[in-house]
Amino acid sequence: MTFWTYRRRDNLVGYLFVAPALFGSLTFVLIPLALVGWYSLNEWNVLGGTFEFIGAENYQQLLSDEKLRDSLVATAWFAAGLVVLNLSLALLLAVLLNQKLRGTTVFRTLFFSPVLVSLVAWTLVWQLVLQPEGSVNGLLGFFGVDGPNWLRGDSTAMISVIVVQVIKNVGLNMVLFLAALQGVPAPLYEAAKIDGAGVWTRFRRITIPLISPTILLTSIITIVGSLQVFAQIAVLTQGGPGTSTTVLIYYLYQQAFQFHHFGYGATLSVLLFVIVAALTLLQWQMRRKWVLHER
Amino acid sequence: MSRLLALILAGLLAVTACSGSAASGPKSLRMTVWTANEAHLKLLNEIAAEYKAAHPDVTEIKFDSIPADGYTTTLTTQIAGGNAPDLAWILEESAPDFVSSGALAPIKGKIEKADELTPSATKLWEKDGELYAYPFSTSPFGLFVNTSLVKDVPARWTWDQAIAASAAGKGLVLPDFKYQNWAVLSAIWRGWGANAWSEDGRSCGFSSAEMKDAMSFVHKAIFTDKAIPGPGTTVDFFAGNAAMAISQISRAGALKDAKFTWTLMPLPSGPKGDYAVIGQAGVGVLKRSKNAEAAADFLGFFTNEANSAKLAQFFPSVRSSLLNAQTLAKSNPLIRPEQLQSVVVEGISKGVVKPSHQGQEELNQTIRAALDPLWKPDAQVGAVLDDVCTKIKPLLERK
Repeated sequence: MTFWTYRRRDNLVGYLFVAPALFGSLTFVLIPLALVGWYSLNEWNVLGGTFEFIGAENYQQLLSDEKLRDSLVATAWFAAGLVVLNLSLALLLAVLLNQKLRGTTVFRTLFFSPVLVSLVAWTLVWQLVLQPEGSVNGLLGFFGVDGPNWLRGDSTAMISVIVVQVIKNVGLNMVLFLAALQGVPAPLYEAAKIDGAGVWTRFRRITIPLISPTILLTSIITIVGSLQVFAQIAVLTQGGPGTSTTVLIYYLYQQAFQFHHFGYGATLSVLLFVIVAALTLLQWQMRRKWVLHER
Repeated sequence: MSRLLALILAGLLAVTACSGSAASGPKSLRMTVWTANEAHLKLLNEIAAEYKAAHPDVTEIKFDSIPADGYTTTLTTQIAGGNAPDLAWILEESAPDFVSSGALAPIKGKIEKADELTPSATKLWEKDGELYAYPFSTSPFGLFVNTSLVKDVPARWTWDQAIAASAAGKGLVLPDFKYQNWAVLSAIWRGWGANAWSEDGRSCGFSSAEMKDAMSFVHKAIFTDKAIPGPGTTVDFFAGNAAMAISQISRAGALKDAKFTWTLMPLPSGPKGDYAVIGQAGVGVLKRSKNAEAAADFLGFFTNEANSAKLAQFFPSVRSSLLNAQTLAKSNPLIRPEQLQSVVVEGISKGVVKPSHQGQEELNQTIRAALDPLWKPDAQVGAVLDDVCTKIKPLLERK
């Protein structure tokens, strides 16, 4: 009997196939993740070259850090605004573009194209567009409206960042919703019509339940994505005015890379990780209530 | 047998000798800089080539251009990642952090004629009598005036006159300010005798009466007189779109191909009289560099009298022998000798360096955020400035 039985050879081939991916996730995900956990227990002075174990001190600082509280509030506003606006707009567009009309392909392409544009290029263009003398205010001026200084107003800055992000990514959710809508069997609508159900009832009783798995998926993607928004903030507002758009990930970047508090920065990343994991878990648990097939 | 032993011993000796020479063998140095200007890099490479010719053990001296925007962040990230350069340019605002943290190697012994460096210019880079970086560029702030737009320019304005003249023209810009880099405003508030913080860095100066007067003046200039473009608008003086600009003298190069006539004046005088503000850049040797010794040696050469004279065409030198209008005029054909005397020579010898403090970046962001409410037409200047002090007090009092 030889060592290389078919079974062993098959196993080896299987392992070889996953090896590159495994190596990648080990080097770029799992090891850094473990290191961040370790850094968060230390005070790391990059310039002085000192690395000192301080136990849970950084975690205690989380509780007393007022700026962190501000940034969590900003993060919550941003996430809530983005999810509500993005999902409702994506669903609306998907429903409109699901009609069998001429020219819908053109509009589908139009709404999806921002997804393909480089994020920084997209944001830089919007920075110009949103200037006090930019084209948005130019357009408003045409209608006799005196537009605000979008990126420097206390509330308009947050709204601007959300809208820029929604327009950038709404196409992706729209395509997912479109696919889901096209998977809803037409006879269900016909039967409901015969029973006398109106447009709204059909949408609420048939469409929403049947596309609920997609709603769950898009909401998870959008919420997790909203917690990772960085380039838009860095380019458009740098966290300002005041700290109104300093979301958690931008605050983390400031602490670690600008203020050189790498240990505390690592602690903030652990916090971000916990928040993302908890939200995802929560949504996953809620699927039993939301999603038709899981009930 | 003994012959064999001798042979082995000789062999071992040869091996150790070889490995010994390998340790002091070819060295390559890397210096991070924030300029990507071709003329600057050409000069830097010329100096490096000359040094390499005399020091065959140094095989490469590389100038690594990092964009000025985010320069310090990139530099510290390189250091954190174990990829520290051997030498680095350091902005004045990061000087206290770099000097006090022990990141830099002492260099005084390597600097030629260290005693002729202007003391006010080296202060920022010293600790316990030792020099930790060489202030290779000391660049005073001046008032650039577009004389195609503004006529009848005196030798020196007062601030009221300057604002009135710019409001009548196309406005006064502070190109580096952008309503973010508040430290640039020190080029204005020093005229009122205001300071961001006390000399020892422990108490806040934003709530002082001088600061409130100065900032009220700035606020009025922006929102009432409309002499300074408001937040979010970009106006380029160097393209001829503004009447005046407050900028560092090192920016004069951008006016080489200007389509308009211009002049350079000292900063307007404030209620407290004449004053000058300077920006600085130092170059230091990272202690963690494997070639720290060679790097310090190169720094000594880079900043010696002859090379300082060459560098002075872009970066005003702090060597007293080079700090006179005649020497400066040779390398600054764009600026007249009397302008050089009033702005550069007097600026460097009498000027105050832009504010800097330990933990500067955190202070920068905190002050930037606290000052944001000021940049609105209906702002309460005094209340905003009091709030700045409340916010930065814990940072100033930190050890």
